[in-house]
Amino acid sequence: MSNPLDHIAALGRAVLGFVREAGAMTLFGLDGLGHLLRPPFYPRRFGRALLEMGFFSLPVVALTAIFTGMVLALQTYTGFSRFNAASAIANVVVISITRELGPVLAGLMVAGRIGAATAAELGTMRVTDQIDALSTLSTEPMKYLVAPRLLAGIIALPLLVVVADILGVMGGFIVATAKLGFIPELYLHQTLSFMQAGDVISGLVKAAVFGFLIALLGCYRGYTSRGGAEGVGAATTGAVVMASILILAFDFGLTELFFSK
Amino acid sequence: MSDTPRIRIRGLRKSFGANAVLDGVDLDVPRGTSMVVIGGSGSGKSVLLKCILGLVAPDAGSVEIDGQDILRLPWRERRVARARIGMLFQNGALFDSLPVWENVTFGLLARRMLSRRAAREQAGALLAQVGLGPEVGVLAPAELSGGMQKRVALARAIAAQPDILFFDEPTTGLDPIMGAVIDGLIVDCVKRLGSTAVAITHDMASAGRIGDAAAMLYRGRIIWSGPAARLMDSGCAEVEQFTHGRREGPIQMALRR
Ligand SMILES: Nc1ncnc2c1ncn2[C@@H]1O[C@H](COP(=O)(O)OP(=O)(O)O)[C@@H](O)[C@H]1O
Ligand SMILES: [Mg+2]
Repeated sequence: MSNPLDHIAALGRAVLGFVREAGAMTLFGLDGLGHLLRPPFYPRRFGRALLEMGFFSLPVVALTAIFTGMVLALQTYTGFSRFNAASAIANVVVISITRELGPVLAGLMVAGRIGAATAAELGTMRVTDQIDALSTLSTEPMKYLVAPRLLAGIIALPLLVVVADILGVMGGFIVATAKLGFIPELYLHQTLSFMQAGDVISGLVKAAVFGFLIALLGCYRGYTSRGGAEGVGAATTGAVVMASILILAFDFGLTELFFSK
Repeated sequence: MSDTPRIRIRGLRKSFGANAVLDGVDLDVPRGTSMVVIGGSGSGKSVLLKCILGLVAPDAGSVEIDGQDILRLPWRERRVARARIGMLFQNGALFDSLPVWENVTFGLLARRMLSRRAAREQAGALLAQVGLGPEVGVLAPAELSGGMQKRVALARAIAAQPDILFFDEPTTGLDPIMGAVIDGLIVDCVKRLGSTAVAITHDMASAGRIGDAAAMLYRGRIIWSGPAARLMDSGCAEVEQFTHGRREGPIQMALRR
């Protein structure tokens, strides 16, 4: 039999390791943000990151949003018609999409795409000495590799969420009017009159936070990876899993902050 | 002043966990000398260069360049001092997201020494110095053979005309002829720039071609240094075992590592 204290010690080590990692990641993020305030700046790198994270994520985010809106309308209808509340579909769709599903689903999709790609790229650069090479060529790697991606994350995700909001509502509209027999003008009117700026803005703030988290995790895990191809693989999975969990955790935290009064 | 070595290392120590990789390295590299550092795989040769470059923070010791201890300089001056060093990494470390011409002129562009348009032209001249045609400039590093990658990496290292050059195993992984070609290019570049050079190698032919002086790193210390011509008959048992590639001798390969 093993000593029960061993388990407690193992637990303690795990907790300490987690705290240390969280602290290191926070410092890494702050360092990266700090570089956004001091020249030289790399607009070209920023543009590239923005394109990669924003533009090329459009298809996957758009499809996710449309289908989510459609399913939401369908489910709400079947559920709410039991209480004779089916007319609330438009309200449910718009509030769910703008507050929650737009930012969270866009965040999760982008985490899969960009978190993985970033961690793999930076991880490869780390294990092949390319990050060290940057330093020897008068370039600060944090400024060149990390800072532009963090900024791109903060900006790209809210833009994607605007698209997701519109398409998500549209998905609901399609199902409600084409399948459930709602009158288009009425549905739109209901949507627009029920929608509040606060819902949309809170969703965009969430998106900015999620975008930052995705870029941060991808950069941090890639930047600190070691141990060849295997290390890069671990960094890649780690970045996606951690980013996804953090998105959901922060989503709860931010919702609590915005809406519980 | 002229007898101050360009690089003077004293008591340099670096451990990774319990693994004491550098354990009090002392080394002088006089101005204008090409020093080859030999030592077994995993003996810490790359770590030594990275400590000098500031890519790895040493635990103790001093690294002086022209008599200035760069580990104790303020951050900004340390960067200036290190910008004088050009480095050829062990596997080239070319930026694979950038075309060759941007790789070669990266340091110049980073220091705003020229515009992108001028850099494209400058890249041709730099590539010519390592025996490559200008058409290579538009290729991606992944499209090049190992020998060409080394050449491009060399062109990148010398682009800013550094007065100190580091070469980390420049010929490892190349065939003997390409190895000799790269050595020749290195010697040319060092001569042309009048640089001081430190080259790491465990290729004895290469050591003889590149080096004036030599030193051997073993168990975290420099156990021998002298003229490169004496490598084969240094009178030091460890060095001779290494340079002659003998299985028996004072060096017992740690098989566990
Ligand atoms: N960043 C690092 N973290 C942990 N150990 C390292 C690191 N870099 C090098 N080492 C260890 O230091 C030792 C020397 O490595 P290195 O200098 O690359 O050897 P070589 O002489 O072949 O160039 C090796 O045992 C290696 O595992
Ligand atoms: Mg090495």
